[in-house]
Amino acid sequence: MKAFYTIVKRELRSYFASPLAYIILVVFQVISARFFFLYLQGFLQFQFDPSYQLQTGELNLNNLVVLPYFGTISIVLLLIVPLITMRLIADEKKNYTAELLFTSPIRIRTIVFGKFTASLILLIIMLLLSSINIFVLMVHGNPDFGAVFSGYIGLFLLGASFLSVGIFASSLTENQLIAAVISFGVLLLLWLVGALSDAESSVLGYISVINHYEDFSKGLIELKDVVYYLSLIFLGLFLTYTSLESERWR
Amino acid sequence: MVHVHNLTKRYGSLVAVENLSFRLDRGDVLGFLGPNGAGKTTTMRIITGYMPPTKGTVHIEGVDIFDNPLQAKKMIGYLPETPPLYLDMTVAEYLDFVADIKQVKRKEKKSRIFYVLEKCGLSDVRKRIIGHLSKGYRQRVGIAQALVNNPSVLILDEPTIGLDPLQIIEIRGLIKSLSGERTVILSTHILPEVTMICSKVVIINEGKMVLEESLDYLSEGLRNSGSLLLRVRQNGEGVKEKIMSVNGVSGVKPGSSGEFVITPSEGVEIREELVRLVVENDLGLLELRPLVSTLEEVFMKAISSEGN
Ligand SMILES: Nc1ncnc2c1ncn2[C@@H]1O[C@H](COP(=O)(O)OP(=O)(O)O)[C@@H](O)[C@H]1O
Ligand SMILES: [Mg+2]
Repeated sequence: MKAFYTIVKRELRSYFASPLAYIILVVFQVISARFFFLYLQGFLQFQFDPSYQLQTGELNLNNLVVLPYFGTISIVLLLIVPLITMRLIADEKKNYTAELLFTSPIRIRTIVFGKFTASLILLIIMLLLSSINIFVLMVHGNPDFGAVFSGYIGLFLLGASFLSVGIFASSLTENQLIAAVISFGVLLLLWLVGALSDAESSVLGYISVINHYEDFSKGLIELKDVVYYLSLIFLGLFLTYTSLESERWR
Repeated sequence: MVHVHNLTKRYGSLVAVENLSFRLDRGDVLGFLGPNGAGKTTTMRIITGYMPPTKGTVHIEGVDIFDNPLQAKKMIGYLPETPPLYLDMTVAEYLDFVADIKQVKRKEKKSRIFYVLEKCGLSDVRKRIIGHLSKGYRQRVGIAQALVNNPSVLILDEPTIGLDPLQIIEIRGLIKSLSGERTVILSTHILPEVTMICSKVVIINEGKMVLEESLDYLSEGLRNSGSLLLRVRQNGEGVKEKIMSVNGVSGVKPGSSGEFVITPSEGVEIREELVRLVVENDLGLLELRPLVSTLEEVFMKAISSEGN
């Protein structure tokens, strides 16, 4: 437990000792806020446009602002997560610190899980920052906080899955850039396979990371979606572990 | 105590280490020698538990490094060929991190870090970012890192490589002061280093052990190899025959410009007779000395005889 805490602490320190974490947080916040206000603006225009007044069912904050806002965040996560995870393991190999870690009395799974946890904390900070915008909505009306909450659960699971894929990519190379490209490629693929087939029942539809997010954004927390994300997280971490372990056996 | 037994490591079809065995007791300082690519780093990585061997076992203080890695690793300090440094940390932060992952007890941590900072001459730079330090200082941080858990087995992979002569002398002094209660394994291809620091030598070549010897014994053996080198001014006909005629000489090999390598019969002292002969014949004595082979010569002989 102490070893785990040590790894988490060092990773967080390393994130915030370099400008990278701040740049990531700022870029994330600027992009998502920009889109947020775009959606809000649209909502306000609709609100005062009499021709839309009739469609009251559609015209609410959740559908016009929160939903597209979360959609934007999920896309920004797709772009930013590879930058968060790229150095996690690749850098240890490049700086030969892997040799220190693997000759220390600490398990590989503790190392992997510690690094993952540190990146999760960064994700949580990002999501918390993004939620500030949601509170702006209270000025304009009553957003459905249940749907906001489930949407955030979904974003968290989605982001965590992305992180675990990213860590795996980082364990495959000692080059950060290559790690980022691999994880972006894999994530994009996982995202787009859904477009190849709309039916959620098909295999491709099931594999798609984003299909499982839709229920969350509508306010539903479904077991099958949670199971999907947890499985993906586990798979990513397990593959990372295997890749590190097999490297030593070669 | 380190016990390496029948160690073999293959990388695919390449055999990097083959059937290597040796045993070190507390206080031994082993010079682990071999040309580049001999398998020194591979062996050390196996001993430290970084990678498993293809075959064989390693015991650290009686604990098997692969059956019980967490316990064995606590007793090891390891400086890899490239010091494993986080360049964005300060020296003190880094040592604190290493102490934590090596599971140094909280109570002892502070004093341990203080001790290694002092010992490695790092007290003045403890607040500096490692990435801003010179190579010599980084190497010291690497050694400090290996010492922070007060290991009973210290393994140093080419600790003086790439340092300037002054730094080399400092690091050697440091290493020398670290032995004592510990078992130290030190790989190098700088031979004088071994004579200066080590108490035992293992030479490997192409993964195989070619020599294992205690250094006292080794240097004794070197001196007693017994041959003499004689150099005289007069290098005419018949000098060789005259030397042969001295009682106890079993072989003479003339070299260039009046040099003769003279092998006496086992245990016979011939120097007195030899000098008398030279003086009586007015050959002009320039030099007479025992032919001490250096460790270099032993090393070259060991690895070349293995090659053939
Ligand atoms: N990870 C590896 N994969 C394949 N071959 C390796 C690996 N590491 C070392 N070797 C090879 O094993 C041999 C021994 O290398 P090494 O142990 O580094 O020798 P030394 O440290 O004595 O110079 C060399 O031929 C080297 O090329
Ligand atoms: Mg080496």
